[in-house]
Amino acid sequence: MRADRLRRRRAFRLSTLFALTLVVLILAPMVGERFISPVMLWRPEFAGEADIFWRLRVPRVVLAFLAGAGLALSGLSFQAMFRNPLATPFTLGVASGASLGTALYIRFGVAVSLLGVSGLSLAAFVGALATMLLVYGITRMRGGFSSATLLLAGVAISFFFSSLILFTQFIFEAQHSFRMMRWMMGSLEVVGWRPVFNLLIFVAVGAAVLSALTHELNLMLTGEDLATSRGVDVRRVKRRVFFAASLMVGGVVAFCGPIGFVGMMAPHICRLLIGSDHRWLAPATVLFGGLFLVVCDAISRTVLTSSILPVGIITALLGGPFFLWLLLQDRGFTR
Amino acid sequence: MKPLVAIRNLSLTVGGNRILDRVSLSLAAGEYVSIVGQNGAGKSTLIKCLAGICADWRGDIEIDGVPLRSLSQRRRGRLLSYVPQADARVLPFTVEEFVTMGRYPYLSPFTTVSPEDRAAVERALRMTEVEQFRARWLGTLSGGERQKVFIAAAVAQGARIVLLDEPTTFLDYRHQHEILALLGSLNRESGTTVLAVYHDLNSAVAWSHRIVGLKNGRLAFSGTAADALDPAVLRNLFEVDFSFVEGPEGIGRLALAAAGRAAP
Repeated sequence: MRADRLRRRRAFRLSTLFALTLVVLILAPMVGERFISPVMLWRPEFAGEADIFWRLRVPRVVLAFLAGAGLALSGLSFQAMFRNPLATPFTLGVASGASLGTALYIRFGVAVSLLGVSGLSLAAFVGALATMLLVYGITRMRGGFSSATLLLAGVAISFFFSSLILFTQFIFEAQHSFRMMRWMMGSLEVVGWRPVFNLLIFVAVGAAVLSALTHELNLMLTGEDLATSRGVDVRRVKRRVFFAASLMVGGVVAFCGPIGFVGMMAPHICRLLIGSDHRWLAPATVLFGGLFLVVCDAISRTVLTSSILPVGIITALLGGPFFLWLLLQDRGFTR
Repeated sequence: MKPLVAIRNLSLTVGGNRILDRVSLSLAAGEYVSIVGQNGAGKSTLIKCLAGICADWRGDIEIDGVPLRSLSQRRRGRLLSYVPQADARVLPFTVEEFVTMGRYPYLSPFTTVSPEDRAAVERALRMTEVEQFRARWLGTLSGGERQKVFIAAAVAQGARIVLLDEPTTFLDYRHQHEILALLGSLNRESGTTVLAVYHDLNSAVAWSHRIVGLKNGRLAFSGTAADALDPAVLRNLFEVDFSFVEGPEGIGRLALAAAGRAAP
């Protein structure tokens, strides 16, 4: 039966992606300014390298994986909900909202944390969620729903918030301005595990919420009217997706800065590989998004010998042409 | 006998326009009712209110004696299924995947389809005669095949009431006939209550137990197919004169819209 063949093909591709991710996750910490082989980790004469490996490189790789997975999964849920392959945390302005939240926190915030989660990431989450609601609210104000209006509103809000961030930066004192500048370049620099665990909370909660909605996301792809008539409580699904995606984008933006294109590319490539059934597509997107950012980060750490290139530059260099290719394809959701 | 669907004083206003105006209507279990009327009469909106797609209506709707608003969306999905108007929406699924998605009201998160769900899907694929292209992508089907798949998904949903919005529009004669025959057998053999919007009056008359006519959002007619084929009734509904011809044996009377607007 052909349907069984389709299932087997998907299972094979997902397993291959899983295996590939494992291999890359094992190899990635070894790569960098200097290659660190696993043998070196157990020899006392390479104690410095072992320290770099465990305290800098492994947390960095895990952080990259979590960030990539979170951005990709948010992109996937936005694309399904709005039935548009161009709907991503960036085109909808959600990432800019998170950035503005972070910028305002750096400028005016006090160092607070809630249940071990830093105030910075909470500010980013609030910024992301508020922007999502704002963009969606603007779209619905005109009556009905148009994904073209949604994307235009998202892009407009994104530009507006970027200007506000620049303005905030302009009136910053030098010390804030420097911290802000470094963060805006998008970086996976991390020392120790604390930021990794912090981001893990955001991504794990968001992913758990979204993974319970795979049936609903499938039906949302068929249109809100059909989804409703099949028994989907569309409003509740939207609330959950807004919450989960904002949580993940907020977390990633707070810890790693704005890293573009992952949220658009990963779901789209996985859709071509696996199809549009979110029960397969969601895990594939998590793996591919994480894998993609880990690879981009490995490239950014090795391409220049003198310094580390911000990873956002690599994703944008790959993502820009991909975005144009996608625009010209017009087959975003055909398969 | 208590009706399966009872609609009382259903009104809906969108952007200051009254789309439905105090419509009252009831459907008995196993009935096949067709809604006819001019464009903008509120036909599609009426079934969208029942399907839960339009939410801001006023009035009362009861399904089997239970107020519609008191039912969760998932519970509604078990009672009412809906087939939308044919449109250009892109559906990136195979036929089997799409029909299986009709089982949503019975699924819980993280679960996959049960043997009962699988059996319901197989029954629906068989009944609608779409088994042979179960592995094809929806985008590769013709309009008629696609419409059958939509009906298959609605059948798989296992609801007692099927709502259809112009199920035969844009289809060639053969596919129109196949869809109408399919809905007829769904109604007769499975006892499914059918409420369908039709543009083609003769299709509605030929297959339904009862015709409901809407005009400017109001109920303008409700009666048997024979009662509907009355010059005065049709002139009032469509604002055009009709003439009638006797069809061959088994077809009955056919209505033909005359050219020109009716005299006021």
